[in-house]
Amino acid sequence: MSYDLTLRVWRGDADGGELGDYTVEVSDGEVVLDAIHRLQATQAGDLAVRWNCKAGKCGSCSAEINGRPRLLCMTRLSDFDPSETITVTPMRSFPVIRDLVTDVSFNYEKARELPSFAPGPRDDDGKRRMMQVDVERGQEFRKCIECFLCQNTCHVVRDHEENKPAFAGPRFFLRYAELDMHPLDTHDRRELAQGAAGLGMCNITKCCTEVCPEGIRITDNAIIPMKERVVDRKFDPLVWLGNRIGIRSKDDEGRTEV
Amino acid sequence: MTGNEMSGSETGGMERHTYDVVVVGAGGAGLRAAIAAHEAGSRTAIVCKSLLGKAHTVMAEGGIAAAMGNRWPEDNWEVHFRDTMRGGKMLNNWRMAQLHAQEAPERVQELEDWGALFDRTDDGLISQRDFGGHRYARLAHVGDRTGLEMIRTLQQRAVALGIDVFMECTVTDLMLDTSDGSRISGAFGYWRETGRFVVFEAPSVILATGGIGKSFKVTSNSWEYTGDGHALALRAGASLINMEFVQFHPTGMVWPPSVKGLLVTESVRGDGGILRNSEGKRFMFDYIPEFFRAETADTEEEADRWYDDKANNRRPPELLPRDEVARAINSEIKAGRGSPHGGIFLDIASRRTPEFIRKRLPSMYHQFKELADVDITAEPMEIGPTCHYVMGGVEVDADTELSGVEGLYAVGECSGGMHGSNRLGGNSLSDLLVFGRRAGESAASYAAGLGARPQVADADVTAAATSALAPFEGSASGTENPYTIQQDLQQTMNDLVGIIRTGPELEASLAEIDRLKERARHLLVEGHRQYNPGWHLALDLRSMLLVSECIAKAALERQESRGGHTRDDFPGPDPEWGSRNLVLRLDAGGEGVELAHQPLPAMPDDLKTYFEGS
Repeated sequence: MSYDLTLRVWRGDADGGELGDYTVEVSDGEVVLDAIHRLQATQAGDLAVRWNCKAGKCGSCSAEINGRPRLLCMTRLSDFDPSETITVTPMRSFPVIRDLVTDVSFNYEKARELPSFAPGPRDDDGKRRMMQVDVERGQEFRKCIECFLCQNTCHVVRDHEENKPAFAGPRFFLRYAELDMHPLDTHDRRELAQGAAGLGMCNITKCCTEVCPEGIRITDNAIIPMKERVVDRKFDPLVWLGNRIGIRSKDDEGRTEV
Repeated sequence: MTGNEMSGSETGGMERHTYDVVVVGAGGAGLRAAIAAHEAGSRTAIVCKSLLGKAHTVMAEGGIAAAMGNRWPEDNWEVHFRDTMRGGKMLNNWRMAQLHAQEAPERVQELEDWGALFDRTDDGLISQRDFGGHRYARLAHVGDRTGLEMIRTLQQRAVALGIDVFMECTVTDLMLDTSDGSRISGAFGYWRETGRFVVFEAPSVILATGGIGKSFKVTSNSWEYTGDGHALALRAGASLINMEFVQFHPTGMVWPPSVKGLLVTESVRGDGGILRNSEGKRFMFDYIPEFFRAETADTEEEADRWYDDKANNRRPPELLPRDEVARAINSEIKAGRGSPHGGIFLDIASRRTPEFIRKRLPSMYHQFKELADVDITAEPMEIGPTCHYVMGGVEVDADTELSGVEGLYAVGECSGGMHGSNRLGGNSLSDLLVFGRRAGESAASYAAGLGARPQVADADVTAAATSALAPFEGSASGTENPYTIQQDLQQTMNDLVGIIRTGPELEASLAEIDRLKERARHLLVEGHRQYNPGWHLALDLRSMLLVSECIAKAALERQESRGGHTRDDFPGPDPEWGSRNLVLRLDAGGEGVELAHQPLPAMPDDLKTYFEGS
């Protein structure tokens, strides 16, 4: 079954723009990205939209649909009433390049600031050993498809451009937590997470978790445990005393601060 | 440049950069090549059409094939080599297959050094899973999102090393210095964001642009797969081989239409899933070819025992190589035993517990739930063949990945030879790693050993710019829409150069491609140069049309059926053809391609012993 969908799409660039009204023929089982593509092929050949896999695996087609941060390729038209107007706008926390495409280089800059994984030597047979249960925590975080919807939603930077230099955002707290929980990493990144990455600015409102298309429990499983580990290190009086008199916590075994 | 640039900021004049090695493409092969070139001391840049980390590698699901022996100590490179050659119906470049099997285990281990978190065996080693055509459980994996893990690991490694990345920047022409022979001197491209042009001066260029699937209507491939590297290489004077071999993955989604072609991982079958037709029959037992009869179970009982006891049972026919399974599914559908939406049934729900399925196949569970309202733990999936991979690509030297043009290397899906007439699942990701590293090292060593550098000629830059802007000018009768031409090409390739081919249809496809090429001369795109997808597509179309012609031409020439090339009018394999490659080059006019026969490289006797009696 097909029907005519009323679609409003933001058109414009860094200098400004406005919502354009379109009518697009769509059919059952289609997603918002299908409607955008049909619009592109038939009415607006130069409509800019970023996409790659169209399967929810690459995280390219992030935008805001009726104000909600979502992937265009994973938002089914059947979630809306056929008579409803669907409004598609670019992610708000990043500068617009054109139409639905934003400049997400903020995220790539933050990625560069993060010290990479640093394992010790391999076992004698040239392999490494880790237990499934120990890698599973990190695996949840590595499901991240870098759609940056969490970054876009986070109120620390949404409409607060001034916080961006000091704040890495949920996507990278995930990365800090992943490395901190990696059984073979030799770095202690807690100071860095709290300091340079601005973990402390997060006040766990869970907006990031809510918009994650991979269903990663960013707040509960990454941010909160990471905050606890920072607190353990910084504010636990016994740990503080231990550090002063040169007794290292077991938690730090094999790890050096970066 | 500080790395990870998204757009050109220079104003006035042509933006220029100088490197030792420029890698085109940032999937697994490109990233691995760049890492190797950088580590060998080269000034290295990656230029990619999309954002970093979005390349098609991200879609790979099942795993990386490498004979690490973590589950089956009997496994080793020789068994993997044999499986690969037999999977490719012996048309593979034997040396590539050998290097691949020998080096894959260390390449996988290396990913772990860089932070990859693979699933584990009970004793803590990297787990390995079963896949079609592989004798032992051999695929290192992370659930069913192995490609994401691989690209993220390589991306993070490249960022840690500080390699410069030019994102959303498309290369449209290679630059050649023809003062003394013909050597690569650089590449020409445009920033998607601004539409501004950029010239890279570099003696080594590594093509890692992936495949050609976007020329087909039903495909698992993303928009980037327009055969850029294939076409760039042809236009620079290099040759392509094996272009007639296109892999149709047996299991793509068939419904809803919006996701038709989307990949359903082979792991579903590796983990116990089976294929049934509308009569409920497990039909693959009817399609066991003579070539694989000795190693394939012929009863359901034996097939089911195999998952736990590989020593005393033969593998289920669902795990035959992809070409065999895709043809069988095609036949069942044609015979009227298909599912309601024109596919057949892939059933794991009745074979494994919901917990097992959700744990081992989380992305598939998610994909079907979200996009098709199907719960794969409770009901079968409807699937059908989808264009997935091109075995053919740039003809390269097995050890160095050097093409026929000095300074030009090719690696990954855009190179040819490694997989012969059919690629085994899991061999792609390992291919990217093994030959990515080799290409990076060779390209770096070539650049380091040069005296005077090849020069980019100003006239070539001007010509490349003029040609890139042509779609804005249109011709006197410039009215063609790039989206329409692409759709017509996709329909033509799907209908006439698809999974089952015939001489007359292939001839018709070539005539149609000629007409499309003529229409493409009258392209006209609207708007301006800033982030304009219509313009981008107009430029990609040139590659798509040239590569489609290669496929159709080689397919018409090869009068036999082998691997990913099935001719209804020549149904069996022919030993004569089994020792021959078809080689394609740009013709004298520069707009079409010409074809030649070439004998396969001869395998040394000591390797031949692996195939005696088979």
